[in-house]
Amino acid sequence: MSAIYARRLNKNRIWLGLSVGAAAFGLFWLVLILGTLIWNGLAGLSVDVFTQMTPPPGGSGGLLNAIVGSLVMTVLAVAIGTPIGVLAGTYMAEYGRYAKLTFIVRFINDILLSAPSIIVGLFVYEIVVVPMGHFSGLAGALALAVIVIPVVVRTTEDMLLLVPNTMREAAAALGAPRFFLISRVIYRAAKAGIITGILLAIARISGETAPLLFTALNNQFWNVNLNAPTPSLPVVIFQFALSPYEDWQRLAWTGALIITVAVLSLSILARAVTVKGVER
Amino acid sequence: MNAITTLRAPVENPATREKVAIRDLSFFYGDNKALHDINLTAYERQVSALIGPSGCGKSTLLRVLNRIYALYPNQRAEGEVWLDGENVLDAGQDPNLLRAKVGMVFQKPTPFPMSIYENIAFGVRLYENLSRSEMDERVERALTRAALWDEVKDRVGASALGLSGGQQQRLCIARTIAVKPEVILLDEPTSALDPISTAKVEQLIDELKRDFTIIIVTHNMQQAARVADRTAFFYLGKLIEEGQTSQMFSNPKDKRTLDYITGRFG
Repeated sequence: MSAIYARRLNKNRIWLGLSVGAAAFGLFWLVLILGTLIWNGLAGLSVDVFTQMTPPPGGSGGLLNAIVGSLVMTVLAVAIGTPIGVLAGTYMAEYGRYAKLTFIVRFINDILLSAPSIIVGLFVYEIVVVPMGHFSGLAGALALAVIVIPVVVRTTEDMLLLVPNTMREAAAALGAPRFFLISRVIYRAAKAGIITGILLAIARISGETAPLLFTALNNQFWNVNLNAPTPSLPVVIFQFALSPYEDWQRLAWTGALIITVAVLSLSILARAVTVKGVER
Repeated sequence: MNAITTLRAPVENPATREKVAIRDLSFFYGDNKALHDINLTAYERQVSALIGPSGCGKSTLLRVLNRIYALYPNQRAEGEVWLDGENVLDAGQDPNLLRAKVGMVFQKPTPFPMSIYENIAFGVRLYENLSRSEMDERVERALTRAALWDEVKDRVGASALGLSGGQQQRLCIARTIAVKPEVILLDEPTSALDPISTAKVEQLIDELKRDFTIIIVTHNMQQAARVADRTAFFYLGKLIEEGQTSQMFSNPKDKRTLDYITGRFG
């Protein structure tokens, strides 16, 4: 074995060791966090969590109002944000692919995508909460929708751009008008990717706390009135985890576990949809 | 390589009529002139082949005939393309209606991500409102004409993406003839296919010319010799020579044509 080759083998071993070590280091903390969460979260898990309202300190209760509040605001946010996001992405990838407006929108969208969510919360506070005079679930949903839109715009545009032009030409060559071509052929080809984007947007907003602090605030009681302050899991976790009361802290752990499981399931679902889309 | 031995005697049809008449056509990609003053005629119910080396403009010319180039910015055609007495390049002509009349099959098979049945029904639904049974019949007829029906009749509801490349290309041909065009443009339709699939598609072209005017771009000279009634040779964006296929391959007038068909370049 030549000296050069031996040196290369050694170099290879060092790099392999470093990269495996780095991967193990990252994984270690991830497992530690997840393990702690499951350990502490499972301890407080009971039927009460899903059937009782958030309790006062020392009282018994659950997270039902927070779970429902989170669900309602998430659904509303996705219902508002998805059509806007998909349509904007469609304009950018299809109708206005070469338009100046598309470059401007893409630039602004990228800024919005990485904007701190607390700024989104303050923005909605200024334009919705202040004029209305009170906090509300509607304001919370709007703030979450503002976070959904850039995610969906980006993935929609990217997924549509992945559809080869030959597909557009083939549909156009049959005499299909633009709208028909997009809605019947291109959307179908990009379906898996667009759905993945929407699922990722849901995963993103289901853990958001900052935009809800200034908009939906919180509520100790059962509430499905979107015009009133509305509780949500992240905000309840924020409040309970910082409290000195042990029973509140336990509920915060359980709430965190519920969110984590929900987000993890969405991510796995998104992955499954993508894989299916590729295999098809 | 001797292209002449593979030649079959073209069936002469004296009652041919001008179907597509290209007059003084130039084409630009931005500032780059890709076609120079082309004058060429395709006759009704004949196969016209466009041959020439890569980059000679033959595909570009095909893409003008159904204005598919108009999907992109900075592409521009000057001149006239007459189809049944109408200039398809007139601004007032609706490109979608034109494309329903002038169908196109591409180099790579482009099945839509839907069932075999829906692939064909898609184009038909754009301009016709058929009942379920009429549509079933139309789909079956199109697949039969494209010599695909026997292979897929038990699974027309299955995804078209599961077909082989050759089957996908015949599906694309079926999809095109299902909308009943008058002219069919074929852009190197067999370049992505194996020899057996190629033979099937060529046989198909022969049968389709009974009903359609066909213009085919090919870089395979034997293919032009086998399927085309007339052949046009392009070089560097110019039409060098055009005529009966038999005459083009046996007795070309231009030296460049001779060099190309004898394989000296290209």
